[in-house]
Amino acid sequence: MALRSSTARVLAAEDGLADSPAAAFPAAIARTSFVGQAWALLWKDLAVELRRRELVGSVLVFSLLVLLIFEFSFDVDRAQAEALAPGVLWVTFVFAGVLSLTRSFAQERDRGTWEGLLLAPLDRGAIYVAKLLANALVMLAVEVVSLVAFIAFFDVRADWLALALSVLAGTIGFASTGTLLAAMAAGTRAREAFLPVLLLPISVPVIIGSVKSTAAAFGQPAGAYPWLGLVLAFDAIFLAVSFAVFEFVIEE
Amino acid sequence: MSTLTLESPSAASAQARTHAFPWLAWITFVLMALSLVAVFLYAPIEKTQGPPQKIFYFHVPLAWDAYLAFFGTLVGSIGFLRSGRQKWDVLAFSSAEIGVVFTTLVLISGSIWGKTIWGAWWVWDARLTSTLVMWFIYVAYLMLRSSMGRTARAARYAAVLGIVGFVDVPIVHMSVTWWRTLHPQPTVANPAGPTLPGDMLATFFLCLITFTVFFVYLLRERMAVEDLRQTVDSLTARALETE
Repeated sequence: MALRSSTARVLAAEDGLADSPAAAFPAAIARTSFVGQAWALLWKDLAVELRRRELVGSVLVFSLLVLLIFEFSFDVDRAQAEALAPGVLWVTFVFAGVLSLTRSFAQERDRGTWEGLLLAPLDRGAIYVAKLLANALVMLAVEVVSLVAFIAFFDVRADWLALALSVLAGTIGFASTGTLLAAMAAGTRAREAFLPVLLLPISVPVIIGSVKSTAAAFGQPAGAYPWLGLVLAFDAIFLAVSFAVFEFVIEE
Repeated sequence: MSTLTLESPSAASAQARTHAFPWLAWITFVLMALSLVAVFLYAPIEKTQGPPQKIFYFHVPLAWDAYLAFFGTLVGSIGFLRSGRQKWDVLAFSSAEIGVVFTTLVLISGSIWGKTIWGAWWVWDARLTSTLVMWFIYVAYLMLRSSMGRTARAARYAAVLGIVGFVDVPIVHMSVTWWRTLHPQPTVANPAGPTLPGDMLATFFLCLITFTVFFVYLLRERMAVEDLRQTVDSLTARALETE
Protein backbone atom coordinates (compact mmCIF):
# COMPACT_ATOMS: atom_id res chain seq x y z
CA MET A 1 0.00 0.00 0.00
CA ALA A 2 2.90 2.32 0.70
CA LEU A 3 4.10 1.81 -2.85
CA ARG A 4 0.74 2.54 -4.30
CA SER A 5 0.31 5.77 -2.44
CA SER A 6 3.84 6.99 -3.24
CA THR A 7 3.29 6.38 -6.96
CA ALA A 8 -0.10 7.97 -6.68
CA ARG A 9 1.39 11.01 -5.05
CA VAL A 10 3.90 11.47 -7.85
CA LEU A 11 1.20 11.07 -10.47
CA ALA A 12 -1.30 13.19 -8.58
CA ALA A 13 1.21 15.98 -8.05
CA GLU A 14 1.81 16.17 -11.77
CA ASP A 15 -1.88 16.44 -12.45
CA GLY A 16 -2.43 19.17 -9.89
CA LEU A 17 -4.31 16.78 -7.62
CA ALA A 18 -1.91 16.91 -4.71
CA ASP A 19 -4.57 18.36 -2.41
CA SER A 20 -7.03 15.47 -2.82
CA PRO A 21 -7.53 13.25 0.21
CA ALA A 22 -5.25 10.18 0.14
CA ALA A 23 -8.08 7.72 -0.40
CA ALA A 24 -9.11 9.46 -3.62
CA PHE A 25 -5.69 9.08 -5.33
CA PRO A 26 -6.27 5.81 -7.18
CA ALA A 27 -9.67 6.98 -8.36
CA ALA A 28 -8.17 10.28 -9.46
CA ILE A 29 -5.51 8.44 -11.51
CA ALA A 30 -8.14 6.23 -13.09
CA ARG A 31 -10.05 9.33 -14.17
CA THR A 32 -6.93 10.92 -15.70
CA SER A 33 -6.83 10.61 -19.49
CA PHE A 34 -4.45 8.26 -21.30
CA VAL A 35 -2.25 11.16 -22.38
CA GLY A 36 -2.29 12.58 -18.87
CA GLN A 37 -1.17 9.25 -17.39
CA ALA A 38 1.57 8.77 -20.00
CA TRP A 39 2.78 12.34 -19.49
CA ALA A 40 2.92 11.93 -15.69
CA LEU A 41 4.89 8.67 -16.03
CA LEU A 42 7.26 10.17 -18.58
CA TRP A 43 7.83 13.16 -16.32
CA LYS A 44 8.55 10.81 -13.41
CA ASP A 45 11.22 8.97 -15.43
CA LEU A 46 12.81 12.18 -16.68
CA ALA A 47 12.76 13.76 -13.21
CA VAL A 48 14.48 10.68 -11.76
CA GLU A 49 17.08 10.82 -14.53
CA LEU A 50 17.62 14.58 -14.23
CA ARG A 51 18.16 14.33 -10.49
CA ARG A 52 20.35 11.23 -10.39
CA ARG A 53 22.04 11.46 -13.81
CA GLU A 54 23.20 7.87 -13.56
CA LEU A 55 21.99 6.59 -16.93
CA VAL A 56 22.80 9.22 -19.54
CA GLY A 57 26.25 9.88 -18.07
CA SER A 58 27.43 6.28 -18.08
CA VAL A 59 25.89 5.42 -21.45
CA LEU A 60 27.38 8.55 -22.97
CA VAL A 61 30.90 7.76 -21.77
CA PHE A 62 30.40 4.20 -23.03
CA SER A 63 29.44 5.35 -26.52
CA LEU A 64 32.38 7.77 -26.72
CA LEU A 65 34.63 4.84 -25.78
CA VAL A 66 33.09 2.76 -28.59
CA LEU A 67 34.05 5.55 -31.01
CA LEU A 68 37.57 5.48 -29.60
CA ILE A 69 37.79 1.72 -30.14
CA PHE A 70 36.58 2.16 -33.72
CA GLU A 71 39.39 4.60 -34.35
CA PHE A 72 41.92 2.06 -33.02
CA SER A 73 40.40 -0.88 -34.93
CA PHE A 74 39.99 0.78 -38.32
CA ASP A 75 42.55 3.58 -38.15
CA VAL A 76 39.91 5.84 -39.69
CA ASP A 77 41.37 8.69 -41.72
CA ARG A 78 39.35 11.63 -42.94
CA ALA A 79 39.09 10.38 -46.52
CA GLN A 80 37.20 7.19 -45.57
CA ALA A 81 35.39 8.59 -42.56
CA GLU A 82 32.18 9.29 -44.49
CA ALA A 83 32.08 5.75 -45.92
CA LEU A 84 32.52 4.24 -42.44
CA ALA A 85 30.26 6.73 -40.65
CA PRO A 86 26.88 4.92 -40.99
CA GLY A 87 28.29 1.63 -39.70
CA VAL A 88 30.34 3.14 -36.90
CA LEU A 89 27.49 5.34 -35.74
CA TRP A 90 24.83 2.64 -35.73
CA VAL A 91 26.99 0.06 -33.97
CA THR A 92 27.59 2.71 -31.31
CA PHE A 93 23.90 3.64 -31.10
CA VAL A 94 22.78 0.00 -30.91
CA PHE A 95 25.20 -0.87 -28.10
CA ALA A 96 24.35 2.30 -26.20
CA GLY A 97 20.64 1.65 -26.79
CA VAL A 98 20.82 -1.90 -25.42
CA LEU A 99 22.65 -0.61 -22.36
CA SER A 100 20.14 2.15 -21.57
CA LEU A 101 17.09 -0.04 -22.30
CA THR A 102 18.33 -2.71 -19.89
CA ARG A 103 18.72 -0.14 -17.15
CA SER A 104 15.31 1.47 -17.62
CA PHE A 105 13.34 -1.51 -16.28
CA ALA A 106 16.12 -2.87 -14.08
CA GLN A 107 16.03 0.41 -12.10
CA GLU A 108 12.31 0.03 -11.46
CA ARG A 109 12.75 -3.55 -10.30
CA ASP A 110 15.79 -2.80 -8.13
CA ARG A 111 14.06 0.03 -6.29
CA GLY A 112 10.84 -1.94 -5.94
CA THR A 113 8.88 0.78 -7.75
CA TRP A 114 7.77 -1.64 -10.46
CA GLU A 115 5.10 -3.19 -8.24
CA GLY A 116 3.90 0.33 -7.42
CA LEU A 117 3.44 1.08 -11.11
CA LEU A 118 1.50 -2.14 -11.65
CA LEU A 119 -0.72 -1.59 -8.59
CA ALA A 120 -1.67 1.91 -9.68
CA PRO A 121 -4.88 1.90 -11.74
CA LEU A 122 -3.02 2.94 -14.87
CA ASP A 123 -3.70 2.06 -18.47
CA ARG A 124 -1.02 -0.51 -19.45
CA GLY A 125 -0.67 1.26 -22.79
CA ALA A 126 0.20 4.50 -20.99
CA ILE A 127 3.05 2.71 -19.20
CA TYR A 128 4.34 1.48 -22.56
CA VAL A 129 4.13 4.89 -24.24
CA ALA A 130 5.80 6.65 -21.31
CA LYS A 131 8.62 4.09 -21.09
CA LEU A 132 9.09 4.20 -24.86
CA LEU A 133 9.38 8.00 -24.89
CA ALA A 134 11.71 8.03 -21.88
CA ASN A 135 13.95 5.40 -23.50
CA ALA A 136 13.93 7.18 -26.87
CA LEU A 137 14.80 10.50 -25.22
CA VAL A 138 17.72 8.99 -23.28
CA MET A 139 18.97 7.31 -26.48
CA LEU A 140 18.60 10.54 -28.47
CA ALA A 141 20.48 12.56 -25.85
CA VAL A 142 23.37 10.10 -26.04
CA GLU A 143 23.21 9.96 -29.85
CA VAL A 144 23.31 13.74 -30.30
CA VAL A 145 26.46 14.05 -28.19
CA SER A 146 28.13 11.04 -29.86
CA LEU A 147 27.26 12.46 -33.26
CA VAL A 148 28.79 15.83 -32.40
CA ALA A 149 31.90 14.04 -31.11
CA PHE A 150 32.07 11.93 -34.28
CA ILE A 151 31.83 15.03 -36.48
CA ALA A 152 34.52 16.77 -34.46
CA PHE A 153 36.81 13.71 -34.45
CA PHE A 154 36.55 12.93 -38.17
CA ASP A 155 35.50 16.21 -39.80
CA VAL A 156 32.68 14.67 -41.86
CA ARG A 157 30.11 16.50 -44.00
CA ALA A 158 26.50 15.40 -44.33
CA ASP A 159 23.00 16.48 -45.22
CA TRP A 160 22.23 17.42 -41.61
CA LEU A 161 18.44 17.35 -41.87
CA ALA A 162 18.43 13.90 -43.52
CA LEU A 163 20.92 12.68 -40.91
CA ALA A 164 18.78 13.99 -38.02
CA LEU A 165 15.65 12.36 -39.46
CA SER A 166 17.46 9.03 -40.01
CA VAL A 167 18.71 8.97 -36.43
CA LEU A 168 15.30 9.96 -35.08
CA ALA A 169 13.38 7.36 -37.12
CA GLY A 170 15.89 4.60 -36.34
CA THR A 171 15.85 5.40 -32.63
CA ILE A 172 12.05 5.26 -32.43
CA GLY A 173 12.02 1.90 -34.22
CA PHE A 174 14.76 0.47 -32.03
CA ALA A 175 13.16 1.77 -28.83
CA SER A 176 9.67 0.49 -29.77
CA THR A 177 10.56 -3.21 -29.71
CA GLY A 178 13.37 -2.44 -27.27
CA THR A 179 10.94 -1.22 -24.62
CA LEU A 180 8.75 -4.31 -24.99
CA LEU A 181 11.67 -6.75 -24.87
CA ALA A 182 13.49 -4.89 -22.08
CA ALA A 183 10.38 -5.24 -19.92
CA MET A 184 10.56 -8.94 -20.72
CA ALA A 185 14.31 -9.27 -20.15
CA ALA A 186 13.98 -7.53 -16.75
CA GLY A 187 11.77 -10.44 -15.66
CA THR A 188 14.40 -13.09 -16.47
CA ARG A 189 17.31 -14.08 -14.29
CA ALA A 190 20.13 -13.08 -16.67
CA ARG A 191 18.56 -9.80 -17.79
CA GLU A 192 21.69 -7.94 -18.96
CA ALA A 193 22.72 -10.86 -21.14
CA PHE A 194 19.25 -11.52 -22.44
CA LEU A 195 18.16 -8.24 -23.98
CA PRO A 196 20.58 -8.22 -26.95
CA VAL A 197 19.75 -11.85 -27.75
CA LEU A 198 16.05 -10.99 -27.95
CA LEU A 199 16.30 -7.52 -29.43
CA LEU A 200 19.02 -7.58 -32.09
CA PRO A 201 17.50 -10.17 -34.47
CA ILE A 202 14.04 -8.59 -34.16
CA SER A 203 15.48 -5.13 -34.93
CA VAL A 204 17.30 -6.20 -38.12
CA PRO A 205 14.90 -4.33 -40.46
CA VAL A 206 15.24 -1.07 -38.52
CA ILE A 207 19.02 -1.42 -38.31
CA ILE A 208 19.39 -2.10 -42.07
CA GLY A 209 17.06 0.77 -42.96
CA SER A 210 18.73 3.22 -40.58
CA VAL A 211 22.24 2.37 -41.75
CA LYS A 212 21.17 2.84 -45.37
CA SER A 213 19.32 6.11 -44.81
CA THR A 214 22.25 7.39 -42.74
CA ALA A 215 24.58 6.40 -45.60
CA ALA A 216 22.39 8.39 -47.99
CA ALA A 217 22.63 11.40 -45.64
CA PHE A 218 26.44 11.14 -45.83
CA GLY A 219 26.23 11.10 -49.64
CA GLN A 220 27.17 7.40 -49.83
CA PRO A 221 25.55 4.94 -52.28
CA ALA A 222 22.52 3.38 -50.55
CA GLY A 223 20.55 1.75 -53.36
CA ALA A 224 17.39 2.93 -55.03
CA TYR A 225 14.99 2.42 -52.11
CA PRO A 226 13.50 5.27 -50.05
CA TRP A 227 15.09 3.97 -46.84
CA LEU A 228 13.88 6.72 -44.55
CA GLY A 229 10.27 6.03 -45.54
CA LEU A 230 10.81 2.30 -45.06
CA VAL A 231 12.20 2.85 -41.56
CA LEU A 232 9.13 4.92 -40.73
CA ALA A 233 6.92 2.09 -42.00
CA PHE A 234 8.85 -0.44 -39.85
CA ASP A 235 8.46 1.95 -36.90
CA ALA A 236 4.68 2.00 -37.38
CA ILE A 237 4.44 -1.82 -37.50
CA PHE A 238 6.74 -2.37 -34.50
CA LEU A 239 4.94 0.30 -32.48
CA ALA A 240 1.51 -1.19 -33.19
CA VAL A 241 2.54 -4.78 -32.38
CA SER A 242 4.52 -3.87 -29.25
CA PHE A 243 1.71 -1.66 -27.96
CA ALA A 244 -0.81 -4.49 -28.51
CA VAL A 245 1.15 -7.18 -26.61
CA PHE A 246 2.82 -5.06 -23.89
CA GLU A 247 0.11 -5.79 -21.29
CA PHE A 248 0.95 -9.53 -21.42
CA VAL A 249 4.58 -8.83 -20.57
CA ILE A 250 3.91 -6.77 -17.45
CA GLU A 251 1.11 -8.89 -16.00
CA GLU A 252 2.32 -10.60 -12.82
CA MET B 1 6.99 -17.00 -9.60
CA SER B 2 3.96 -19.21 -9.78
CA THR B 3 4.14 -22.52 -11.59
CA LEU B 4 1.45 -23.35 -14.11
CA THR B 5 -1.71 -24.75 -12.66
CA LEU B 6 -2.14 -28.06 -14.36
CA GLU B 7 -5.24 -29.30 -16.04
CA SER B 8 -6.59 -32.47 -14.45
CA PRO B 9 -3.92 -35.12 -14.91
CA SER B 10 -4.93 -38.16 -16.87
CA ALA B 11 -1.94 -40.39 -17.38
CA ALA B 12 -4.02 -42.88 -19.30
CA SER B 13 -5.16 -40.45 -22.00
CA ALA B 14 -1.67 -39.00 -22.43
CA GLN B 15 -0.28 -42.50 -22.79
CA ALA B 16 -3.00 -43.39 -25.28
CA ARG B 17 -2.05 -40.36 -27.33
CA THR B 18 1.63 -41.33 -27.44
CA HIS B 19 0.84 -44.72 -28.87
CA ALA B 20 -2.10 -43.74 -31.03
CA PHE B 21 0.06 -42.51 -33.88
CA PRO B 22 2.37 -45.29 -35.01
CA TRP B 23 0.32 -45.32 -38.20
CA LEU B 24 1.47 -41.76 -38.84
CA ALA B 25 5.03 -42.96 -38.34
CA TRP B 26 4.43 -45.72 -40.88
CA ILE B 27 2.94 -43.32 -43.43
CA THR B 28 5.94 -41.04 -42.99
CA PHE B 29 8.30 -44.00 -43.40
CA VAL B 30 6.63 -45.19 -46.63
CA LEU B 31 6.41 -41.67 -48.07
CA MET B 32 10.04 -41.00 -47.21
CA ALA B 33 11.10 -44.20 -48.99
CA LEU B 34 9.02 -43.27 -52.05
CA SER B 35 10.50 -39.76 -52.02
CA LEU B 36 14.05 -41.14 -52.00
CA VAL B 37 13.23 -43.42 -54.92
CA ALA B 38 11.68 -40.50 -56.82
CA VAL B 39 14.59 -38.16 -56.08
CA PHE B 40 17.35 -40.58 -57.06
CA LEU B 41 15.74 -42.86 -59.67
CA TYR B 42 12.80 -41.02 -61.22
CA ALA B 43 13.75 -37.33 -61.38
CA PRO B 44 16.21 -36.53 -64.22
CA ILE B 45 19.68 -35.11 -63.60
CA GLU B 46 19.57 -31.36 -64.02
CA LYS B 47 21.64 -30.14 -67.01
CA THR B 48 23.66 -27.24 -65.61
CA GLN B 49 23.91 -28.18 -61.92
CA GLY B 50 24.19 -31.97 -62.24
CA PRO B 51 23.46 -34.29 -59.29
CA PRO B 52 23.91 -31.62 -56.55
CA GLN B 53 20.60 -30.10 -57.68
CA LYS B 54 18.89 -33.04 -55.95
CA ILE B 55 19.44 -31.29 -52.60
CA PHE B 56 16.62 -29.02 -53.78
CA TYR B 57 14.04 -31.79 -53.19
CA PHE B 58 14.86 -31.85 -49.47
CA HIS B 59 16.08 -28.30 -48.98
CA VAL B 60 12.86 -26.54 -50.01
CA PRO B 61 10.47 -28.91 -48.13
CA LEU B 62 12.65 -28.45 -45.02
CA ALA B 63 12.19 -24.70 -45.34
CA TRP B 64 8.45 -25.24 -45.83
CA ASP B 65 8.34 -27.26 -42.60
CA ALA B 66 10.24 -24.56 -40.73
CA TYR B 67 7.71 -21.92 -41.78
CA LEU B 68 4.87 -24.30 -40.93
CA ALA B 69 6.37 -24.87 -37.49
CA PHE B 70 6.74 -21.16 -36.76
CA PHE B 71 3.18 -20.63 -37.92
CA GLY B 72 2.21 -23.32 -35.39
CA THR B 73 4.07 -21.31 -32.74
CA LEU B 74 2.11 -18.21 -33.75
CA VAL B 75 -1.22 -20.04 -33.52
CA GLY B 76 -0.27 -21.57 -30.16
CA SER B 77 0.93 -18.20 -28.82
CA ILE B 78 -2.24 -16.34 -29.80
CA GLY B 79 -4.37 -19.19 -28.44
CA PHE B 80 -2.49 -19.14 -25.15
CA LEU B 81 -2.72 -15.37 -24.66
CA ARG B 82 -6.45 -15.42 -25.48
CA SER B 83 -7.50 -18.43 -23.43
CA GLY B 84 -4.67 -19.06 -20.96
CA ARG B 85 -5.07 -22.79 -21.67
CA GLN B 86 -1.92 -24.78 -21.37
CA LYS B 87 -2.46 -26.95 -24.44
CA TRP B 88 -1.90 -23.89 -26.64
CA ASP B 89 1.38 -23.23 -24.91
CA VAL B 90 2.42 -26.85 -25.48
CA LEU B 91 1.66 -26.41 -29.19
CA ALA B 92 3.67 -23.16 -29.39
CA PHE B 93 6.68 -24.57 -27.57
CA SER B 94 6.77 -27.95 -29.36
CA SER B 95 6.36 -26.30 -32.73
CA ALA B 96 9.14 -23.77 -32.10
CA GLU B 97 11.55 -26.52 -31.10
CA ILE B 98 10.88 -28.46 -34.31
CA GLY B 99 11.08 -25.24 -36.33
CA VAL B 100 14.56 -24.46 -35.02
CA VAL B 101 15.74 -27.98 -35.90
CA PHE B 102 14.35 -27.65 -39.44
CA THR B 103 15.79 -24.16 -39.90
CA THR B 104 19.19 -25.50 -38.85
CA LEU B 105 18.83 -28.27 -41.45
CA VAL B 106 17.80 -25.71 -44.10
CA LEU B 107 20.92 -23.68 -43.37
CA ILE B 108 23.15 -26.77 -43.50
CA SER B 109 21.62 -28.28 -46.65
CA GLY B 110 21.65 -24.86 -48.32
CA SER B 111 25.27 -24.42 -47.37
CA ILE B 112 26.23 -27.76 -48.98
CA TRP B 113 24.28 -26.86 -52.11
CA GLY B 114 25.82 -23.39 -52.20
CA LYS B 115 29.34 -24.79 -51.96
CA THR B 116 28.83 -26.88 -55.09
CA ILE B 117 26.92 -24.26 -57.11
CA TRP B 118 28.25 -20.88 -55.95
CA GLY B 119 31.61 -22.20 -54.75
CA ALA B 120 31.11 -20.83 -51.23
CA TRP B 121 29.63 -22.26 -48.04
CA TRP B 122 27.96 -19.00 -47.25
CA VAL B 123 27.09 -15.84 -49.13
CA TRP B 124 25.36 -12.81 -47.64
CA ASP B 125 22.45 -13.16 -49.99
CA ALA B 126 18.95 -12.00 -49.05
CA ARG B 127 17.33 -15.37 -48.46
CA LEU B 128 20.28 -16.87 -46.57
CA THR B 129 20.60 -13.81 -44.38
CA SER B 130 16.91 -13.62 -43.55
CA THR B 131 16.81 -17.36 -42.77
CA LEU B 132 19.75 -16.85 -40.42
CA VAL B 133 17.95 -13.96 -38.69
CA MET B 134 14.83 -16.13 -38.36
CA TRP B 135 16.98 -18.86 -36.79
CA PHE B 136 18.33 -16.32 -34.27
CA ILE B 137 14.82 -15.13 -33.36
CA TYR B 138 13.59 -18.63 -32.52
CA VAL B 139 16.84 -19.66 -30.83
CA ALA B 140 16.20 -16.66 -28.55
CA TYR B 141 12.68 -18.05 -28.02
CA LEU B 142 14.06 -21.43 -26.90
CA MET B 143 16.72 -19.77 -24.72
CA LEU B 144 14.03 -17.67 -23.04
CA ARG B 145 12.06 -20.81 -22.23
CA SER B 146 15.00 -22.81 -20.99
CA SER B 147 16.26 -19.97 -18.78
CA MET B 148 12.87 -19.27 -17.19
CA GLY B 149 11.73 -22.81 -16.55
CA ARG B 150 8.12 -23.90 -16.87
CA THR B 151 6.37 -21.00 -15.22
CA ALA B 152 3.24 -19.11 -16.22
CA ARG B 153 5.35 -16.03 -16.80
CA ALA B 154 7.73 -17.91 -19.11
CA ALA B 155 4.77 -19.12 -21.15
CA ARG B 156 3.41 -15.58 -21.47
CA TYR B 157 6.77 -14.04 -22.42
CA ALA B 158 7.34 -16.80 -24.95
CA ALA B 159 3.89 -16.25 -26.45
CA VAL B 160 4.65 -12.55 -26.89
CA LEU B 161 7.95 -13.42 -28.57
CA GLY B 162 6.21 -16.04 -30.72
CA ILE B 163 3.87 -13.35 -32.07
CA VAL B 164 6.40 -10.53 -32.45
CA GLY B 165 8.89 -12.93 -34.06
CA PHE B 166 6.41 -14.20 -36.62
CA VAL B 167 5.34 -10.67 -37.57
CA ASP B 168 9.03 -9.80 -37.88
CA VAL B 169 10.03 -12.64 -40.23
CA PRO B 170 8.43 -11.23 -43.42
CA ILE B 171 9.64 -7.71 -42.56
CA VAL B 172 13.18 -9.02 -42.10
CA HIS B 173 12.83 -10.81 -45.41
CA MET B 174 11.69 -7.66 -47.25
CA SER B 175 14.33 -5.44 -45.70
CA VAL B 176 17.11 -7.91 -46.49
CA THR B 177 15.82 -8.40 -50.05
CA TRP B 178 15.98 -4.66 -50.63
CA TRP B 179 19.44 -4.75 -49.11
CA ARG B 180 20.71 -7.34 -51.66
CA THR B 181 19.85 -10.55 -53.49
CA LEU B 182 21.66 -13.43 -55.26
CA HIS B 183 19.43 -16.45 -54.55
CA PRO B 184 17.64 -18.15 -57.49
CA GLN B 185 14.19 -16.72 -58.09
CA PRO B 186 11.29 -19.00 -57.10
CA THR B 187 10.89 -21.77 -59.69
CA VAL B 188 7.70 -23.32 -58.28
CA ALA B 189 5.67 -20.51 -56.71
CA ASN B 190 6.08 -18.31 -59.78
CA PRO B 191 3.13 -16.13 -60.89
CA ALA B 192 3.67 -17.19 -64.54
CA GLY B 193 3.34 -20.89 -63.59
CA PRO B 194 6.07 -23.30 -62.44
CA THR B 195 9.22 -23.32 -64.57
CA LEU B 196 10.32 -26.81 -63.48
CA PRO B 197 9.78 -29.71 -65.92
CA GLY B 198 6.92 -32.09 -65.06
CA ASP B 199 8.86 -35.03 -63.59
CA MET B 200 10.94 -32.76 -61.38
CA LEU B 201 7.78 -30.97 -60.26
CA ALA B 202 6.07 -34.28 -59.40
CA THR B 203 9.10 -35.37 -57.34
CA PHE B 204 9.16 -32.01 -55.60
CA PHE B 205 5.49 -32.17 -54.62
CA LEU B 206 5.89 -35.74 -53.36
CA CYS B 207 8.74 -34.56 -51.14
CA LEU B 208 6.67 -31.60 -49.98
CA ILE B 209 3.81 -33.88 -48.92
CA THR B 210 6.25 -36.28 -47.26
CA PHE B 211 7.82 -33.53 -45.18
CA THR B 212 4.45 -32.06 -44.25
CA VAL B 213 3.32 -35.46 -42.90
CA PHE B 214 6.70 -35.84 -41.20
CA PHE B 215 6.20 -32.49 -39.49
CA VAL B 216 2.72 -33.39 -38.26
CA TYR B 217 4.09 -36.68 -36.91
CA LEU B 218 6.96 -34.96 -35.08
CA LEU B 219 4.63 -32.32 -33.66
CA ARG B 220 2.17 -34.91 -32.29
CA GLU B 221 5.00 -36.87 -30.73
CA ARG B 222 6.61 -33.80 -29.19
CA MET B 223 3.28 -32.61 -27.78
CA ALA B 224 2.56 -36.05 -26.35
CA VAL B 225 5.96 -36.02 -24.61
CA GLU B 226 5.16 -32.60 -23.13
CA ASP B 227 1.76 -33.89 -21.97
CA LEU B 228 3.41 -36.85 -20.26
CA ARG B 229 5.94 -34.59 -18.61
CA GLN B 230 3.20 -32.37 -17.23
CA THR B 231 1.27 -35.38 -16.02
CA VAL B 232 4.36 -36.58 -14.17
CA ASP B 233 4.84 -33.09 -12.70
CA SER B 234 1.29 -32.90 -11.39
CA LEU B 235 1.41 -36.46 -10.03
CA THR B 236 4.66 -35.61 -8.24
CA ALA B 237 3.13 -32.45 -6.85
CA ARG B 238 0.10 -34.39 -5.62
CA ALA B 239 2.27 -37.10 -4.08
CA LEU B 240 4.26 -34.44 -2.22
CA GLU B 241 1.05 -32.85 -0.96
CA THR B 242 -0.35 -36.08 0.48
CA GLU B 243 2.93 -37.00 2.16
